[in-house]
Amino acid sequence: MATAHKDVLSKLDGKATRFGYSDALLMLGRDDPRVFVLDADLAKSTTTERFKNEFPERFIDCGIAEQDMVGIAAGLSLMGKVPFTSTYGTFMVDRALDQIRVTVAYAELNVKIMGAHGGISVGPDGATHQALEDLGVMRMLPHMTVINPCDVNEARKATLAVAAMQGPTFIRLGRESVPIITDDTTPFAIGKGITFEDGDDVTIAATGYMVYEALLAHEELAKQGIHARVLDIHTIKPIDRELLLKAARETGAVVTAEEHQVMGGFGSAVAEVLVQECPVPMEFVGIHDRFGESGTPDELLTAFGCRHTDIEAAVNRVLRRKK
Amino acid sequence: MEHDYSIAELKHLATEIRKDTLRSITAAGSGHPGGSLSAADIMTALYFQVANLKTPTDPDRDRIFWSKGHIAPLLYTLLAYKGFFPREELITLRKFGSRLQGHPKKDSPPGVETSTGSLGQGLSVAVGCAYAARYDHSPVRVWCLNGDGELQEGQIWEALMAGAHFKLDNLCTIIDNNGLQIDGKVADVMDLGDLAAKVRAFGWHVIEIDGHDMQQCVNALEEAKTVKGQPTAIIAHTIKGKGVSFMEDQAGWHGKAPSQDELAQALRELDGEEGE
Repeated sequence: MATAHKDVLSKLDGKATRFGYSDALLMLGRDDPRVFVLDADLAKSTTTERFKNEFPERFIDCGIAEQDMVGIAAGLSLMGKVPFTSTYGTFMVDRALDQIRVTVAYAELNVKIMGAHGGISVGPDGATHQALEDLGVMRMLPHMTVINPCDVNEARKATLAVAAMQGPTFIRLGRESVPIITDDTTPFAIGKGITFEDGDDVTIAATGYMVYEALLAHEELAKQGIHARVLDIHTIKPIDRELLLKAARETGAVVTAEEHQVMGGFGSAVAEVLVQECPVPMEFVGIHDRFGESGTPDELLTAFGCRHTDIEAAVNRVLRRKK
Repeated sequence: MEHDYSIAELKHLATEIRKDTLRSITAAGSGHPGGSLSAADIMTALYFQVANLKTPTDPDRDRIFWSKGHIAPLLYTLLAYKGFFPREELITLRKFGSRLQGHPKKDSPPGVETSTGSLGQGLSVAVGCAYAARYDHSPVRVWCLNGDGELQEGQIWEALMAGAHFKLDNLCTIIDNNGLQIDGKVADVMDLGDLAAKVRAFGWHVIEIDGHDMQQCVNALEEAKTVKGQPTAIIAHTIKGKGVSFMEDQAGWHGKAPSQDELAQALRELDGEEGE
């Protein structure tokens, strides 16, 4: 997405994370005959159309029937296939939640669930199509692995990684083009966060697109003499306790940033870790208990408090509380 | 035909299975006898005569999904009689620490193909399984058990669409059409109307049978194997609580355990029916 504000990283190329998903699906399609891709009439939007074109015999369009899609994927997995279900996050997680819970998670089936169009940045389609609860809902399910990649490369790596593991997984993807902030050399392992910037004054733990906003905040804060550590926590479950606790101990204050409801979401997941073993002052940047609305992605990210300026303000608040 | 039991032997087996199902529910103090008894005949025919099911781990075994998962007591009894786990374990039904959960949990015990219990989900799983079996040119046939009340769930109709759309002729669902659900008669709670016509209109081959006539059960299941180009639905007209006079056609016995006295009477009646 275009950045309307001062942007120290503006030279970066951008691409939507959903393309990283289909990049990986194409690689998997060539290498692993077990991989099937399912969609619910949104193959163009989710980008699974690319897989459909190359592997039509392993692509199943389930029609506008998300619950049935989850069941069909479950059946495929019981026969040793590795199915990826693909649709918008709202319809995937919310409409088919009972199917994901009972049929997939409870049975620990090897079904790979993908929720596209996560976050407020979905834009003009409005609240019905903006998945703001997907990460929180999915992380509550036993056995479920939950990943929220920050850019197209990380989305590709995450997709490959979930294919390589056994068990149910959820990956969130975004609609809009977002800056590419990792490359092939950036490490990726499920459950292992990445330290993007070092710093000792405060930790900004971010997930998904908000990692980029956290990097912008890092630059701005540096000008004020505040050295912020920036963590990319792509795996929300299992969360990287070790990295978070180390950061909390070393910086003494934590700000979380997510394009998602703060209540029950990523910030809550981080707080659950820190409050038990290393309670430090925290602030939560994200969406606070409200539905989205129509607008451009830029307008909405600003209006809903998902900008680096919001992170900077949260850092200043948390530092006032830091001992 | 995978096995060679006589109809009389299958009927005897179904009676014994009914008795042990009721014993396990009584021991548990809760559970679902009504639907277990209505489905007992056709599921006995399937597990002991028609389905290719020698071991619970054979990759080429037929897959049987219990979408109406609440009649788990019948499922467990069938699996115990198949020899997949010890019969003595049946009395641990619904007890803490038991493999026999109130509703089916995958592989617990061996032979439970997947987790079910929230209604309406199993047929979609069966569709996916049948799709994969056909893709693999596998001999696996896929069977599903639905209840009539369960058909009120919208997902069932999504799966009916999909099964026909994908022309899954290795798939057969059995509808245990006992006419009752928790709140009363299906026709009064939310009428399914002309069920056979509806399922047929969705593109399935429909067979209607008396679900307590063992010969008809075997014949219908065998016929399903011969259908080409479309999946089959067997609408088994059944009586909820079949075989126990005070349970028959009583919605109140959907999810209630018999007392010890009631169990004793039920066992006497089932044995008596056998003697007739």
